[in-house]
Amino acid sequence: MGDWKTITVPVLSSDSKNILQYTSERKISPTSMNSQVLHLPLPSSKNMHSFFSAFCTEENIEQSISYIDRELTTLGFPSIYAESKGKELNLVSIINCMNELLVLQHKNLRVQEEVEMQHLKLGSDMDHLQNCYAKLKEQLELSKREIVGLQERDRQLQSKNRNLHQLLKNEKDEVQKLQNIISSRATQYNHDMKRKEREYNKLKERLHQLVMNKKDKKLAMEVLNYVGRADGKRGAWRTDKTEARNEEEMYKVLLSDYEQRQKQLLLENAELKKVLQQMKKDIISLLPPQKQKPKERSEDGLVLSDLEEDIGELNKENMWELSCETVREQLTNSIRKQWRMLKNHVEKLDNQVSRGHSGVLNEKDVISREDHELETEKLELEIQQCKEMIKTQQQLLQQQLTCDDDTTLLLQDCYLLEERERLQEEWRLFREQKKNFEKERKSFTEAAIRLGLERKAFEEDRGAWLKHQFLSMTADCKHSENVTSPSAFLRSKYLVQIMFLHGSDQDNRLAKSASWQRKPPSVLSAPVSAEPCQTSQCITQNSVASEKPAADNMPNLWVESDDKEETE
Amino acid sequence: ASCLQHRLVVRDASSLQILQLYTCLDQIQYIEWSSDSLFVLCAMYKRGIVQVWSLEQPDWHCKIDEGSAGLVASCWSPDGRHILNTTEFHLRITVWSLCTKSVSYIKYPKACQQGVAFTKDGRYVAVAERRDCKDFISIFVCNNWQLLRHFDTDTQDLFGIEWAPNGCVLAAWDTCLEYKVLLYSLDGRLLSSYRAYEWPLGIKSIAWSPSSQFLAVGSFDEKVRILNHVTWKKITEFDHPATIASKKTIVYKEVEKSPTVETERLSFPPTRALASSLFSTQSKYEISQVPVSLQYVKPVADRANPKVGVGMLAFSADNCFLATKNDNIPNAVWIWDIRKLKLSVVLEQLCTIQCFQWDPSQPRLAVCTGSSRVYLWSPAGCVVVQVPGEGDFQIVSLSWHSTGDSIVLLSKENFCVCYLEREEV
Repeated sequence: MGDWKTITVPVLSSDSKNILQYTSERKISPTSMNSQVLHLPLPSSKNMHSFFSAFCTEENIEQSISYIDRELTTLGFPSIYAESKGKELNLVSIINCMNELLVLQHKNLRVQEEVEMQHLKLGSDMDHLQNCYAKLKEQLELSKREIVGLQERDRQLQSKNRNLHQLLKNEKDEVQKLQNIISSRATQYNHDMKRKEREYNKLKERLHQLVMNKKDKKLAMEVLNYVGRADGKRGAWRTDKTEARNEEEMYKVLLSDYEQRQKQLLLENAELKKVLQQMKKDIISLLPPQKQKPKERSEDGLVLSDLEEDIGELNKENMWELSCETVREQLTNSIRKQWRMLKNHVEKLDNQVSRGHSGVLNEKDVISREDHELETEKLELEIQQCKEMIKTQQQLLQQQLTCDDDTTLLLQDCYLLEERERLQEEWRLFREQKKNFEKERKSFTEAAIRLGLERKAFEEDRGAWLKHQFLSMTADCKHSENVTSPSAFLRSKYLVQIMFLHGSDQDNRLAKSASWQRKPPSVLSAPVSAEPCQTSQCITQNSVASEKPAADNMPNLWVESDDKEETE
Repeated sequence: ASCLQHRLVVRDASSLQILQLYTCLDQIQYIEWSSDSLFVLCAMYKRGIVQVWSLEQPDWHCKIDEGSAGLVASCWSPDGRHILNTTEFHLRITVWSLCTKSVSYIKYPKACQQGVAFTKDGRYVAVAERRDCKDFISIFVCNNWQLLRHFDTDTQDLFGIEWAPNGCVLAAWDTCLEYKVLLYSLDGRLLSSYRAYEWPLGIKSIAWSPSSQFLAVGSFDEKVRILNHVTWKKITEFDHPATIASKKTIVYKEVEKSPTVETERLSFPPTRALASSLFSTQSKYEISQVPVSLQYVKPVADRANPKVGVGMLAFSADNCFLATKNDNIPNAVWIWDIRKLKLSVVLEQLCTIQCFQWDPSQPRLAVCTGSSRVYLWSPAGCVVVQVPGEGDFQIVSLSWHSTGDSIVLLSKENFCVCYLEREEV
């Protein structure tokens, strides 16, 4: 787009002609035409004025009019002349032409503006694109360089790799070579060794011959006397039988060893089979039962049922004794199957757990929380109820404590009456018992008094008898029998009396009295010169003393004796 | 019994009282008791004479003269009435009978480390032979020395044979140039052969477990391979690395502790006991924290029979432990638990281990390292026992009593007996 300068008229005319020719010659786009045409700068008013005055002066008016007419006609406007002939101007057509020219000018200006705007836009786009292009070019350069670098590295590494491979091959070849060398040397050495050994053997043979030939005069072995064999047996000749026996023994030894080992192995096998059976049972118990989840475990259920049949079969057979291939295989196969099932089960559980952890967790949380809340509400309700109950009970208690007088009195009266009646009953019982006791006491005291009287009588008798005895003893010799007979007599007397005293007494009382009876003889053997009262005291004392070691079955007697003493 | 120059001294085992004193013709090189402990044989290799003495009758004497055949080795037969003499250059083995004064010859015996092996019950003897550059094994019945079986072995150069304690399997192994273990049954059939690898140096030592269940094979690659008696295949291998990293092994390290001397008790002139205690260093065991790195000795590469690999193997009597020594790590004894097939204890000593032996009755191990201390290990713990006495008593080897109550400690010139108290239960 070239710049259009303001030029003088003659030049302009020629230029405009050129332009017209240019426009007529080159069929360019209307826009470019417009732009070209647009680039005709709008001269300033001054310039316009000078321009106009420059174009049309008074001298060349007709020339300029004709020129303008020609221009207009070429442009397609009607001629400004009135008619073809004459030089009179058609004012209307001139004004029309002018108007049209103005309109055209306006249009052209607008178009120019638009074109300029577009031009600017395009310019900026172009700049932008140029920038992008520059950047991309840079990037392209960089990547190209990188590629080149990487390719270099790759080449280097490949060459290194090749070198290493080569080295490895070389080393392997060397190793192979060395091994070959070693083996060849080894064979050579073996051969040499064998040769030398043969020589050596020859020498040894020679030496042996020499040694054997040389007969030593002295005996090779001298022993003072023969020593018996360790096991005491005699030496045996070497015969075929002994050889056979040797073989036999050797085989026996081997066989016993093999038998022992076989026994051990059998034991081991049995134990291992037991362990496997146990494991099978454990695995079966670990696996989930079929009934609960039939959907999931339908397959497993079928397998399980099959297995259970197998298990039943196997258990029927006597495992310990059979050790044939089929049984062993069955056992191992069944265990393997179950182990696989257990593995699957565990995997499923793991999946469930992981699923539960990842996706379904929230719902579960919510559910659990709801449950938790429900439970807490329930518990709170319960607590409330309990509290209310406690309150009511407290109120009741309070009422009880602080209720109306009448009711309290009544209540108290009731309680009191009850208690009174109870107490009265007890008192009655107590009094009855007291009476009984007093009766018994009286009877016992009477019995004791009687006892005392009888004792006194007995003592008097005894005293008299002793005196008699003493007198008689001085005259006659001592008769020990006499000592016993009176005691026996006394004893029987006592027995009778005591039986009379205690009518319906128990046996132990009798026994006690019997033990009591034993004391009197000792008492009797006490110093003879004793007065009756003293003896009676001794007796009472002894009786008391004898009562003490006896059982406490006789508190009454105790009481009785005390009473008796008190009364005395 | 001990020998001194040309005298044989017999002492009582519990009191070390001299019971008998015998004089032989020459310097004694080797003595051995007969199996019933009634006779002692004294072998004098230089003169080629074996003299036998009786304990019951001190006047009884017996002299076996090999003459110009020479004598290289001599041993009793298990019945205690025959003596097997190996002549020089392993020309033959002569079996002398004390009962009948008869002689038998075994030809072409093999000149190897363990060429003659008796079964534990003393019924059979296996002799390694070599004829025409091929190895053979002959099995004889010890009763009447009759040949039972004679078969060839698939070895390059048979190095040793050993019976299993149950007397039914014979293990034969090849030289260290070839790793090969062959297992033969009593009747000469080849049960199995085991080969771990081909080219490097092979087997260094072999030991049977007391129950005949396991055969431990120690090799020059510092590993022990255990074969089981059912399939005769390797069930495990034990490695002996220089660093122990497993947390389950206990490492006992012998540590010297400086002797504490109380200055108040010093007297002048110093008593002998005090002087010896001052100069002899005490040591005790300490438990080292895992990981532990042991002293590793790299052997000289161009010498034969290098000090590499597992050189000593011993099973405990109750079949629970295996003690091994890796010659690369000469100061350590490795104790493996056979029930768990794992390394359980490592004993690290200050000096090179000379010899170790298990107690025949309990799982107790006695170790000696050439110092004047004997080291005892049992699953309950380990203890260092100082040999009391003046001067240095450098223990070179030791031997347990069959009841497990005492140990004989041998040094170059002296020996002493260590008595172990039994705990009152």
